[in-house]
Amino acid sequence: MVNDNISTPTLDKVLEVRGLGKVYGNGCPHCFDLTGPEHDTNICPRCGSVVAAHNLSFDLCRGEILGIMGESGSGKSTAVKALYFDEAPTCGTAVFYDQGNAYDLYALNAAQQRQLRNQRFGMVYQNPVLGLNFNVSAGGNIAERLLMSNLSHYGEIRQRATTLLRRTEVLTQRMDELPKNFSGGMQQRVQIAKALATNPPLLLLDEVTTGLDLSVQAAILDLIMEIQQELGTAMIAVTHDLGVIRLLAGRTLVMKYGRVIESGLTDQILEDPQHAYTQRLVASAL
Amino acid sequence: MSDQPILEVRDYSKTFVLHEQGKTLPSSSHVNLNVYPGRLTALIGPTGAGKSTVLKGIYLTYLPSSGQLLYRTANGGRVDLATADEHQILALRQRDIGFVTQFLHTLPRQSTEDVVAMPLFQRGVERGTARAQARDILQRLNLPERLWGVSPATFSGGERQRVNLARGLLAKPRLLLLDEPTASLDPKTTDRVVELIAELKQGGTGLLAIFHSPALVERLADAVVELAPPPGTEHFFEGTTP
Repeated sequence: MVNDNISTPTLDKVLEVRGLGKVYGNGCPHCFDLTGPEHDTNICPRCGSVVAAHNLSFDLCRGEILGIMGESGSGKSTAVKALYFDEAPTCGTAVFYDQGNAYDLYALNAAQQRQLRNQRFGMVYQNPVLGLNFNVSAGGNIAERLLMSNLSHYGEIRQRATTLLRRTEVLTQRMDELPKNFSGGMQQRVQIAKALATNPPLLLLDEVTTGLDLSVQAAILDLIMEIQQELGTAMIAVTHDLGVIRLLAGRTLVMKYGRVIESGLTDQILEDPQHAYTQRLVASAL
Repeated sequence: MSDQPILEVRDYSKTFVLHEQGKTLPSSSHVNLNVYPGRLTALIGPTGAGKSTVLKGIYLTYLPSSGQLLYRTANGGRVDLATADEHQILALRQRDIGFVTQFLHTLPRQSTEDVVAMPLFQRGVERGTARAQARDILQRLNLPERLWGVSPATFSGGERQRVNLARGLLAKPRLLLLDEPTASLDPKTTDRVVELIAELKQGGTGLLAIFHSPALVERLADAVVELAPPPGTEHFFEGTTP
Protein backbone atom coordinates (compact mmCIF):
# COMPACT_ATOMS: atom_id res chain seq x y z
CA MET A 1 0.00 0.00 0.00
CA VAL A 2 1.03 3.57 -0.45
CA ASN A 3 2.65 4.88 2.65
CA ASP A 4 0.87 8.01 3.72
CA ASN A 5 2.87 8.65 6.86
CA ILE A 6 5.99 9.83 5.15
CA SER A 7 6.68 13.47 5.71
CA THR A 8 9.08 15.72 3.90
CA PRO A 9 12.56 14.72 5.05
CA THR A 10 14.67 17.12 7.00
CA LEU A 11 17.77 17.45 4.91
CA ASP A 12 20.65 16.16 6.92
CA LYS A 13 23.33 18.51 5.76
CA VAL A 14 26.90 17.34 6.19
CA LEU A 15 28.76 20.03 4.33
CA GLU A 16 28.10 23.51 3.07
CA VAL A 17 30.71 25.01 0.74
CA ARG A 18 30.45 28.63 -0.34
CA GLY A 19 32.61 30.58 -2.74
CA LEU A 20 35.62 28.31 -2.38
CA GLY A 21 38.56 29.33 -4.52
CA LYS A 22 42.23 28.58 -5.02
CA VAL A 23 44.74 30.69 -6.89
CA TYR A 24 48.36 29.65 -7.37
CA GLY A 25 50.52 32.74 -7.71
CA ASN A 26 50.28 36.30 -6.51
CA GLY A 27 47.02 37.07 -8.26
CA CYS A 28 45.91 40.42 -9.59
CA PRO A 29 42.57 42.25 -9.85
CA HIS A 30 42.00 40.78 -13.33
CA CYS A 31 42.55 37.10 -12.54
CA PHE A 32 38.87 36.20 -12.35
CA ASP A 33 37.74 38.41 -15.23
CA LEU A 34 40.26 37.03 -17.67
CA THR A 35 40.11 33.32 -16.88
CA GLY A 36 37.44 30.65 -17.06
CA PRO A 37 35.67 28.66 -19.77
CA GLU A 38 34.80 31.73 -21.87
CA HIS A 39 38.50 32.64 -22.03
CA ASP A 40 39.63 29.06 -22.60
CA THR A 41 42.23 29.25 -19.89
CA ASN A 42 42.75 29.24 -16.15
CA ILE A 43 46.01 31.17 -16.38
CA CYS A 44 45.66 34.90 -15.88
CA PRO A 45 47.16 36.64 -18.95
CA ARG A 46 48.14 39.68 -16.86
CA CYS A 47 49.96 38.13 -13.92
CA GLY A 48 50.38 34.48 -14.86
CA SER A 49 48.62 33.18 -11.75
CA VAL A 50 46.69 29.95 -12.08
CA VAL A 51 43.06 30.11 -11.02
CA ALA A 52 42.63 26.45 -10.08
CA ALA A 53 39.13 26.92 -8.72
CA HIS A 54 36.86 29.90 -8.35
CA ASN A 55 33.57 30.42 -6.58
CA LEU A 56 32.77 26.80 -5.84
CA SER A 57 29.54 26.40 -3.87
CA PHE A 58 27.56 23.28 -3.02
CA ASP A 59 25.78 21.40 -0.26
CA LEU A 60 26.26 17.77 0.61
CA CYS A 61 23.75 15.72 2.59
CA ARG A 62 24.03 12.51 4.57
CA GLY A 63 24.12 9.38 2.42
CA GLU A 64 24.59 11.37 -0.74
CA ILE A 65 27.30 11.00 -3.38
CA LEU A 66 28.11 14.21 -5.20
CA GLY A 67 30.06 13.82 -8.43
CA ILE A 68 32.56 16.42 -9.61
CA MET A 69 33.35 15.87 -13.25
CA GLY A 70 35.84 17.56 -15.52
CA GLU A 71 39.03 17.15 -17.52
CA SER A 72 42.53 17.34 -16.11
CA GLY A 73 43.18 20.87 -14.92
CA SER A 74 39.50 21.74 -14.53
CA GLY A 75 39.99 22.21 -10.79
CA LYS A 76 37.89 19.25 -9.74
CA SER A 77 40.49 17.85 -7.34
CA THR A 78 41.16 21.25 -5.81
CA ALA A 79 37.86 21.11 -3.93
CA VAL A 80 38.53 17.81 -2.18
CA LYS A 81 42.14 18.73 -1.46
CA ALA A 82 40.97 21.93 0.21
CA LEU A 83 38.31 20.06 2.19
CA TYR A 84 40.85 17.51 3.40
CA PHE A 85 43.22 20.37 4.35
CA ASP A 86 45.84 19.15 1.89
CA GLU A 87 45.84 22.67 0.49
CA ALA A 88 44.59 25.92 1.95
CA PRO A 89 41.99 27.66 -0.20
CA THR A 90 42.57 31.27 -1.23
CA CYS A 91 39.03 32.26 -0.35
CA GLY A 92 35.65 30.87 0.58
CA THR A 93 34.14 28.94 3.45
CA ALA A 94 33.22 25.35 4.20
CA VAL A 95 31.07 24.37 7.15
CA PHE A 96 31.07 20.75 8.32
CA TYR A 97 28.06 19.62 10.38
CA ASP A 98 28.78 16.75 12.72
CA GLN A 99 27.02 15.40 15.80
CA GLY A 100 25.21 18.63 16.48
CA ASN A 101 28.25 20.85 15.92
CA ALA A 102 29.06 23.14 13.01
CA TYR A 103 32.75 23.48 12.15
CA ASP A 104 33.85 26.44 10.06
CA LEU A 105 36.73 24.51 8.50
CA TYR A 106 39.10 27.32 7.58
CA ALA A 107 38.58 29.19 10.84
CA LEU A 108 39.84 26.21 12.86
CA ASN A 109 43.41 26.00 14.13
CA ALA A 110 45.82 23.41 12.81
CA ALA A 111 45.21 20.99 15.68
CA GLN A 112 41.45 21.10 15.24
CA GLN A 113 41.84 20.61 11.50
CA ARG A 114 44.10 17.62 12.07
CA GLN A 115 41.58 16.12 14.43
CA LEU A 116 38.76 16.35 11.90
CA ARG A 117 41.00 15.01 9.17
CA ASN A 118 42.08 12.05 11.26
CA GLN A 119 38.75 11.17 12.76
CA ARG A 120 35.82 12.55 10.79
CA PHE A 121 37.05 12.70 7.18
CA GLY A 122 38.25 9.90 4.96
CA MET A 123 40.22 10.39 1.77
CA VAL A 124 41.01 7.96 -1.01
CA TYR A 125 43.55 9.22 -3.53
CA GLN A 126 44.08 8.09 -7.09
CA ASN A 127 47.67 7.34 -6.17
CA PRO A 128 47.90 4.98 -3.17
CA VAL A 129 51.34 6.44 -2.35
CA LEU A 130 49.54 9.56 -1.13
CA GLY A 131 47.05 7.71 1.02
CA LEU A 132 49.13 4.88 2.43
CA ASN A 133 52.31 4.72 4.42
CA PHE A 134 54.41 2.32 2.36
CA ASN A 135 56.82 1.66 5.22
CA VAL A 136 54.26 -0.10 7.38
CA SER A 137 51.99 -3.06 6.76
CA ALA A 138 48.42 -2.88 5.48
CA GLY A 139 47.15 -3.52 8.99
CA GLY A 140 49.63 -0.98 10.34
CA ASN A 141 48.24 1.66 8.02
CA ILE A 142 44.80 1.19 9.52
CA ALA A 143 46.23 1.06 13.03
CA GLU A 144 47.99 4.36 12.40
CA ARG A 145 44.68 6.05 11.73
CA LEU A 146 43.00 4.41 14.69
CA LEU A 147 45.85 5.48 16.98
CA MET A 148 45.38 9.07 15.83
CA SER A 149 41.79 8.82 16.96
CA ASN A 150 41.15 7.44 20.42
CA LEU A 151 41.64 3.72 20.11
CA SER A 152 44.87 2.54 21.71
CA HIS A 153 44.32 -1.02 22.85
CA TYR A 154 46.40 -3.33 20.64
CA GLY A 155 43.85 -6.14 20.54
CA GLU A 156 41.00 -3.80 19.68
CA ILE A 157 42.99 -2.11 16.93
CA ARG A 158 43.97 -5.44 15.44
CA GLN A 159 40.38 -6.57 15.59
CA ARG A 160 39.08 -3.41 13.91
CA ALA A 161 41.75 -3.62 11.18
CA THR A 162 40.80 -7.22 10.50
CA THR A 163 37.12 -6.33 10.23
CA LEU A 164 37.84 -3.45 7.86
CA LEU A 165 40.12 -5.46 5.60
CA ARG A 166 37.60 -8.26 5.48
CA ARG A 167 34.91 -5.71 4.63
CA THR A 168 36.96 -4.36 1.74
CA GLU A 169 37.85 -7.90 0.66
CA VAL A 170 41.55 -7.80 1.38
CA LEU A 171 42.77 -11.20 2.51
CA THR A 172 43.34 -10.78 6.22
CA GLN A 173 46.21 -13.28 6.06
CA ARG A 174 48.06 -10.57 4.18
CA MET A 175 47.42 -7.76 6.65
CA ASP A 176 51.01 -7.86 7.90
CA GLU A 177 52.46 -7.41 4.44
CA LEU A 178 53.71 -4.10 3.09
CA PRO A 179 51.41 -2.30 0.63
CA LYS A 180 54.05 -2.47 -2.09
CA ASN A 181 53.48 -6.22 -2.34
CA PHE A 182 49.85 -5.60 -3.26
CA SER A 183 48.30 -5.08 -6.67
CA GLY A 184 46.90 -1.63 -7.56
CA GLY A 185 43.34 -2.74 -6.86
CA MET A 186 44.34 -4.20 -3.49
CA GLN A 187 46.19 -1.02 -2.56
CA GLN A 188 42.99 0.91 -3.32
CA ARG A 189 41.04 -1.46 -1.08
CA VAL A 190 43.53 -0.96 1.75
CA GLN A 191 43.22 2.80 1.23
CA ILE A 192 39.45 2.56 1.47
CA ALA A 193 39.71 0.39 4.59
CA LYS A 194 42.05 2.97 6.11
CA ALA A 195 39.74 5.86 5.18
CA LEU A 196 36.79 4.05 6.74
CA ALA A 197 38.66 3.09 9.92
CA THR A 198 37.05 5.76 12.07
CA ASN A 199 33.58 5.50 10.46
CA PRO A 200 33.86 9.00 9.02
CA PRO A 201 30.63 10.74 8.00
CA LEU A 202 32.44 12.30 5.04
CA LEU A 203 34.47 10.39 2.46
CA LEU A 204 36.42 12.10 -0.32
CA LEU A 205 37.25 10.09 -3.43
CA ASP A 206 39.76 11.54 -5.86
CA GLU A 207 39.80 9.54 -9.11
CA VAL A 208 39.81 6.30 -7.13
CA THR A 209 39.36 3.97 -10.08
CA THR A 210 41.49 5.76 -12.65
CA GLY A 211 44.22 3.54 -14.00
CA LEU A 212 42.82 0.28 -12.68
CA ASP A 213 41.74 -2.70 -14.78
CA LEU A 214 38.06 -2.60 -15.72
CA SER A 215 37.14 -5.60 -13.58
CA VAL A 216 38.96 -4.09 -10.61
CA GLN A 217 37.26 -0.74 -11.21
CA ALA A 218 33.87 -2.42 -11.11
CA ALA A 219 34.62 -4.18 -7.85
CA ILE A 220 35.87 -0.95 -6.22
CA LEU A 221 32.77 0.93 -7.38
CA ASP A 222 30.52 -1.84 -6.04
CA LEU A 223 32.31 -1.57 -2.72
CA ILE A 224 31.80 2.19 -2.60
CA MET A 225 28.08 1.82 -3.33
CA GLU A 226 27.70 -0.84 -0.65
CA ILE A 227 29.40 1.40 1.87
CA GLN A 228 27.10 4.26 0.98
CA GLN A 229 24.03 2.07 1.38
CA GLU A 230 25.18 0.43 4.60
CA LEU A 231 26.69 3.36 6.44
CA GLY A 232 25.00 6.38 4.87
CA THR A 233 28.40 8.00 4.38
CA ALA A 234 28.29 11.26 2.45
CA MET A 235 30.83 11.26 -0.38
CA ILE A 236 32.35 13.51 -2.97
CA ALA A 237 33.59 11.58 -6.00
CA VAL A 238 35.96 13.45 -8.28
CA THR A 239 36.39 11.84 -11.67
CA HIS A 240 36.74 12.45 -15.39
CA ASP A 241 34.88 9.20 -16.06
CA LEU A 242 31.22 9.58 -17.06
CA GLY A 243 30.60 5.93 -16.21
CA VAL A 244 31.70 6.47 -12.62
CA ILE A 245 29.48 9.55 -12.37
CA ARG A 246 26.50 7.67 -13.82
CA LEU A 247 26.97 4.81 -11.42
CA LEU A 248 27.75 6.63 -8.19
CA ALA A 249 26.53 10.19 -8.13
CA GLY A 250 23.00 11.41 -7.48
CA ARG A 251 24.02 14.98 -8.27
CA THR A 252 26.90 16.23 -10.36
CA LEU A 253 28.96 19.38 -10.81
CA VAL A 254 30.70 19.87 -14.14
CA MET A 255 33.90 21.92 -13.99
CA LYS A 256 36.03 23.58 -16.63
CA TYR A 257 38.97 25.95 -16.20
CA GLY A 258 38.33 26.26 -12.50
CA ARG A 259 34.63 27.07 -12.72
CA VAL A 260 31.46 25.09 -12.21
CA ILE A 261 29.77 25.43 -15.58
CA GLU A 262 26.79 23.25 -14.82
CA SER A 263 25.28 21.32 -11.95
CA GLY A 264 22.21 19.17 -11.51
CA LEU A 265 20.76 15.71 -11.04
CA THR A 266 23.14 13.25 -12.66
CA ASP A 267 20.60 11.76 -15.06
CA GLN A 268 19.65 15.27 -16.12
CA ILE A 269 23.28 16.28 -16.68
CA LEU A 270 23.79 13.17 -18.82
CA GLU A 271 20.50 13.23 -20.76
CA ASP A 272 19.77 16.94 -20.98
CA PRO A 273 23.07 18.79 -20.57
CA GLN A 274 22.65 22.54 -20.88
CA HIS A 275 26.16 23.82 -21.45
CA ALA A 276 27.86 23.40 -24.82
CA TYR A 277 30.90 21.83 -23.15
CA THR A 278 28.83 19.25 -21.24
CA GLN A 279 26.90 18.43 -24.40
CA ARG A 280 30.16 17.75 -26.16
CA LEU A 281 31.48 15.70 -23.25
CA VAL A 282 28.36 13.54 -23.06
CA ALA A 283 28.18 13.15 -26.83
CA SER A 284 31.77 11.96 -27.01
CA ALA A 285 31.20 9.34 -24.32
CA LEU A 286 28.18 7.64 -25.88
CA MET B 1 -10.94 8.62 -3.94
CA SER B 2 -9.68 12.16 -3.75
CA ASP B 3 -10.72 14.83 -6.20
CA GLN B 4 -7.50 16.73 -5.67
CA PRO B 5 -5.00 15.96 -8.41
CA ILE B 6 -1.72 14.47 -7.25
CA LEU B 7 -0.03 16.15 -10.20
CA GLU B 8 -0.98 19.21 -12.24
CA VAL B 9 1.06 19.94 -15.31
CA ARG B 10 0.47 23.53 -16.39
CA ASP B 11 1.62 24.93 -19.67
CA TYR B 12 4.71 22.73 -19.75
CA SER B 13 7.08 23.22 -22.65
CA LYS B 14 10.45 21.73 -23.42
CA THR B 15 12.82 22.85 -26.12
CA PHE B 16 16.25 21.32 -26.49
CA VAL B 17 19.08 23.68 -27.32
CA LEU B 18 21.80 21.84 -29.20
CA HIS B 19 24.87 24.06 -29.08
CA GLU B 20 27.11 21.96 -31.28
CA GLN B 21 24.56 21.83 -34.11
CA GLY B 22 23.38 25.38 -33.49
CA LYS B 23 19.79 24.22 -33.38
CA THR B 24 16.83 24.40 -31.09
CA LEU B 25 14.49 21.45 -31.05
CA PRO B 26 10.99 21.93 -29.66
CA SER B 27 9.77 18.70 -28.11
CA SER B 28 6.75 19.44 -25.93
CA SER B 29 4.70 22.56 -26.22
CA HIS B 30 2.10 23.99 -23.81
CA VAL B 31 1.08 20.70 -22.23
CA ASN B 32 -1.68 20.78 -19.60
CA LEU B 33 -2.85 17.69 -17.74
CA ASN B 34 -3.88 16.33 -14.35
CA VAL B 35 -3.19 13.03 -12.64
CA TYR B 36 -5.48 11.93 -9.83
CA PRO B 37 -4.84 9.46 -7.02
CA GLY B 38 -6.18 6.02 -7.88
CA ARG B 39 -6.66 6.87 -11.55
CA LEU B 40 -4.70 6.48 -14.72
CA THR B 41 -4.22 9.25 -17.24
CA ALA B 42 -3.04 8.04 -20.64
CA LEU B 43 -0.93 10.21 -22.94
CA ILE B 44 -1.67 9.63 -26.61
CA GLY B 45 -0.54 11.25 -29.82
CA PRO B 46 1.69 10.59 -32.83
CA THR B 47 5.43 10.00 -32.70
CA GLY B 48 7.13 13.32 -32.09
CA ALA B 49 4.28 14.71 -30.01
CA GLY B 50 6.58 14.75 -26.98
CA LYS B 51 4.87 12.11 -24.88
CA SER B 52 8.08 10.67 -23.43
CA THR B 53 9.44 14.17 -23.01
CA VAL B 54 6.56 15.01 -20.71
CA LEU B 55 7.29 11.96 -18.54
CA LYS B 56 11.03 12.70 -18.40
CA GLY B 57 10.14 16.31 -17.69
CA ILE B 58 8.02 15.36 -14.69
CA TYR B 59 10.82 13.08 -13.45
CA LEU B 60 13.23 16.01 -13.97
CA THR B 61 15.54 14.01 -16.21
CA TYR B 62 14.82 16.85 -18.61
CA LEU B 63 14.89 20.39 -17.32
CA PRO B 64 11.64 22.16 -18.16
CA SER B 65 11.86 25.18 -20.48
CA SER B 66 8.70 26.67 -19.00
CA GLY B 67 5.57 25.74 -17.10
CA GLN B 68 4.67 24.31 -13.72
CA LEU B 69 4.70 20.74 -12.44
CA LEU B 70 2.64 20.90 -9.27
CA TYR B 71 2.93 17.79 -7.12
CA ARG B 72 0.79 17.25 -4.05
CA THR B 73 2.73 15.58 -1.25
CA ALA B 74 1.38 12.98 1.17
CA ASN B 75 0.80 15.62 3.83
CA GLY B 76 -1.16 17.82 1.44
CA GLY B 77 1.57 20.32 0.60
CA ARG B 78 2.32 21.36 -2.95
CA VAL B 79 5.71 21.32 -4.64
CA ASP B 80 6.46 22.75 -8.05
CA LEU B 81 8.84 20.08 -9.32
CA ALA B 82 10.04 22.49 -12.00
CA THR B 83 11.68 24.70 -9.40
CA ALA B 84 12.23 22.25 -6.52
CA ASP B 85 15.62 21.74 -4.93
CA GLU B 86 17.63 18.81 -6.30
CA HIS B 87 17.69 17.13 -2.90
CA GLN B 88 13.93 17.37 -2.75
CA ILE B 89 13.60 15.72 -6.17
CA LEU B 90 15.93 12.90 -5.12
CA ALA B 91 13.89 12.34 -1.96
CA LEU B 92 10.64 12.28 -3.96
CA ARG B 93 12.12 9.81 -6.44
CA GLN B 94 13.11 7.55 -3.61
CA ARG B 95 9.71 7.43 -1.95
CA ASP B 96 7.00 9.10 -4.00
CA ILE B 97 7.55 9.14 -7.73
CA GLY B 98 8.35 6.06 -9.79
CA PHE B 99 9.28 5.78 -13.46
CA VAL B 100 9.18 2.65 -15.61
CA THR B 101 10.87 3.26 -18.95
CA GLN B 102 11.11 1.06 -22.02
CA PHE B 103 14.72 0.33 -21.28
CA LEU B 104 16.36 -1.24 -18.31
CA HIS B 105 19.83 -0.15 -17.28
CA THR B 106 21.34 -2.42 -14.69
CA LEU B 107 24.70 -3.49 -13.52
CA PRO B 108 25.75 -6.80 -15.03
CA ARG B 109 26.79 -7.87 -11.53
CA GLN B 110 23.40 -7.58 -9.87
CA SER B 111 20.85 -10.37 -9.63
CA THR B 112 17.37 -9.80 -11.01
CA GLU B 113 15.95 -10.21 -7.52
CA ASP B 114 18.17 -7.40 -6.21
CA VAL B 115 17.42 -5.16 -9.18
CA VAL B 116 13.72 -5.45 -8.41
CA ALA B 117 14.19 -5.04 -4.64
CA MET B 118 16.51 -2.01 -5.03
CA PRO B 119 13.87 0.68 -4.40
CA LEU B 120 12.94 -1.12 -1.18
CA PHE B 121 16.62 -1.45 -0.15
CA GLN B 122 16.99 2.29 -0.66
CA ARG B 123 14.09 2.94 1.65
CA GLY B 124 15.73 0.86 4.32
CA VAL B 125 13.52 -2.25 4.06
CA GLU B 126 15.36 -5.24 5.47
CA ARG B 127 17.06 -7.15 2.62
CA GLY B 128 15.41 -10.52 3.23
CA THR B 129 11.94 -8.99 3.33
CA ALA B 130 12.61 -6.90 0.24
CA ARG B 131 13.88 -9.93 -1.71
CA ALA B 132 10.86 -12.00 -0.71
CA GLN B 133 8.57 -9.30 -2.06
CA ALA B 134 10.65 -9.09 -5.23
CA ARG B 135 10.32 -12.85 -5.82
CA ASP B 136 6.61 -12.62 -5.26
CA ILE B 137 6.07 -9.98 -7.93
CA LEU B 138 8.44 -11.70 -10.39
CA GLN B 139 6.32 -14.81 -9.95
CA ARG B 140 3.18 -12.87 -10.70
CA LEU B 141 4.75 -11.43 -13.85
CA ASN B 142 5.64 -14.92 -15.11
CA LEU B 143 9.39 -14.51 -15.02
CA PRO B 144 10.84 -18.05 -14.79
CA GLU B 145 12.32 -18.74 -11.37
CA ARG B 146 15.65 -19.90 -12.83
CA LEU B 147 16.29 -16.29 -13.91
CA TRP B 148 15.80 -14.64 -10.53
CA GLY B 149 19.34 -15.18 -9.35
CA VAL B 150 21.11 -13.97 -12.49
CA SER B 151 21.60 -10.52 -13.97
CA PRO B 152 19.02 -9.22 -16.44
CA ALA B 153 21.90 -8.26 -18.77
CA THR B 154 21.37 -11.31 -20.97
CA PHE B 155 17.56 -11.29 -20.88
CA SER B 156 15.29 -10.90 -23.88
CA GLY B 157 13.37 -7.67 -24.39
CA GLY B 158 10.21 -9.09 -22.87
CA GLU B 159 12.03 -10.50 -19.84
CA ARG B 160 13.79 -7.22 -19.18
CA GLN B 161 10.55 -5.39 -19.44
CA ARG B 162 9.05 -7.65 -16.81
CA VAL B 163 11.98 -6.98 -14.48
CA ASN B 164 11.62 -3.26 -15.07
CA LEU B 165 7.90 -3.36 -14.39
CA ALA B 166 8.33 -5.54 -11.34
CA ARG B 167 10.71 -2.98 -9.87
CA GLY B 168 8.46 -0.03 -10.64
CA LEU B 169 5.29 -1.67 -9.38
CA LEU B 170 6.84 -3.19 -6.26
CA ALA B 171 7.91 0.25 -5.05
CA LYS B 172 4.21 1.28 -4.90
CA PRO B 173 4.93 4.96 -5.47
CA ARG B 174 2.30 7.66 -5.01
CA LEU B 175 2.80 8.73 -8.61
CA LEU B 176 3.94 6.28 -11.27
CA LEU B 177 5.09 7.26 -14.75
CA LEU B 178 4.93 4.48 -17.33
CA ASP B 179 6.55 4.74 -20.75
CA GLU B 180 5.28 1.90 -22.96
CA PRO B 181 5.73 -0.69 -20.23
CA THR B 182 4.07 -3.54 -22.13
CA ALA B 183 5.55 -3.02 -25.61
CA SER B 184 7.16 -6.47 -25.80
CA LEU B 185 4.99 -8.59 -23.51
CA ASP B 186 2.86 -11.59 -24.45
CA PRO B 187 -0.92 -11.31 -23.93
CA LYS B 188 -0.91 -13.41 -20.76
CA THR B 189 1.75 -11.27 -19.07
CA THR B 190 0.01 -8.14 -20.26
CA ASP B 191 -3.10 -9.35 -18.44
CA ARG B 192 -1.05 -9.73 -15.27
CA VAL B 193 0.29 -6.21 -15.69
CA VAL B 194 -3.24 -4.89 -16.08
CA GLU B 195 -4.15 -6.69 -12.87
CA LEU B 196 -1.20 -5.24 -10.98
CA ILE B 197 -1.90 -1.74 -12.24
CA ALA B 198 -5.50 -2.08 -11.11
CA GLU B 199 -4.23 -3.06 -7.66
CA LEU B 200 -1.95 -0.03 -7.55
CA LYS B 201 -4.86 2.20 -8.47
CA GLN B 202 -6.89 0.68 -5.66
CA GLY B 203 -4.00 1.48 -3.33
CA GLY B 204 -4.27 5.13 -4.36
CA THR B 205 -1.38 5.44 -6.81
CA GLY B 206 -1.91 8.02 -9.54
CA LEU B 207 -0.55 6.95 -12.93
CA LEU B 208 0.49 8.77 -16.07
CA ALA B 209 1.14 6.32 -18.87
CA ILE B 210 2.05 5.93 -22.52
CA PHE B 211 0.82 2.67 -24.06
CA HIS B 212 1.70 1.38 -27.49
CA SER B 213 -1.67 -0.22 -27.99
CA PRO B 214 -5.01 1.62 -28.08
CA ALA B 215 -6.61 -1.50 -26.57
CA LEU B 216 -4.62 -0.99 -23.37
CA VAL B 217 -5.59 2.65 -23.20
CA GLU B 218 -9.16 1.46 -23.44
CA ARG B 219 -8.70 -1.09 -20.65
CA LEU B 220 -6.73 1.02 -18.20
CA ALA B 221 -7.21 4.73 -18.74
CA ASP B 222 -9.59 6.84 -16.70
CA ALA B 223 -8.66 9.91 -18.70
CA VAL B 224 -6.89 10.53 -21.99
CA VAL B 225 -4.73 13.49 -22.94
CA GLU B 226 -3.83 13.87 -26.59
CA LEU B 227 -0.63 15.66 -27.50
CA ALA B 228 0.22 17.17 -30.87
CA PRO B 229 3.73 17.74 -32.19
CA PRO B 230 4.87 21.23 -31.21
CA PRO B 231 4.73 23.94 -33.87
CA GLY B 232 7.90 24.02 -35.90
CA THR B 233 8.55 20.30 -35.63
CA GLU B 234 7.76 19.44 -39.24
CA HIS B 235 9.81 22.38 -40.26
CA PHE B 236 12.72 20.96 -38.31
CA PHE B 237 12.43 17.47 -39.76
CA GLU B 238 12.52 18.84 -43.28
CA GLY B 239 16.00 20.01 -42.37
CA THR B 240 15.40 23.66 -43.08
CA THR B 241 16.90 25.48 -40.16
CA PRO B 242 15.64 28.98 -39.54
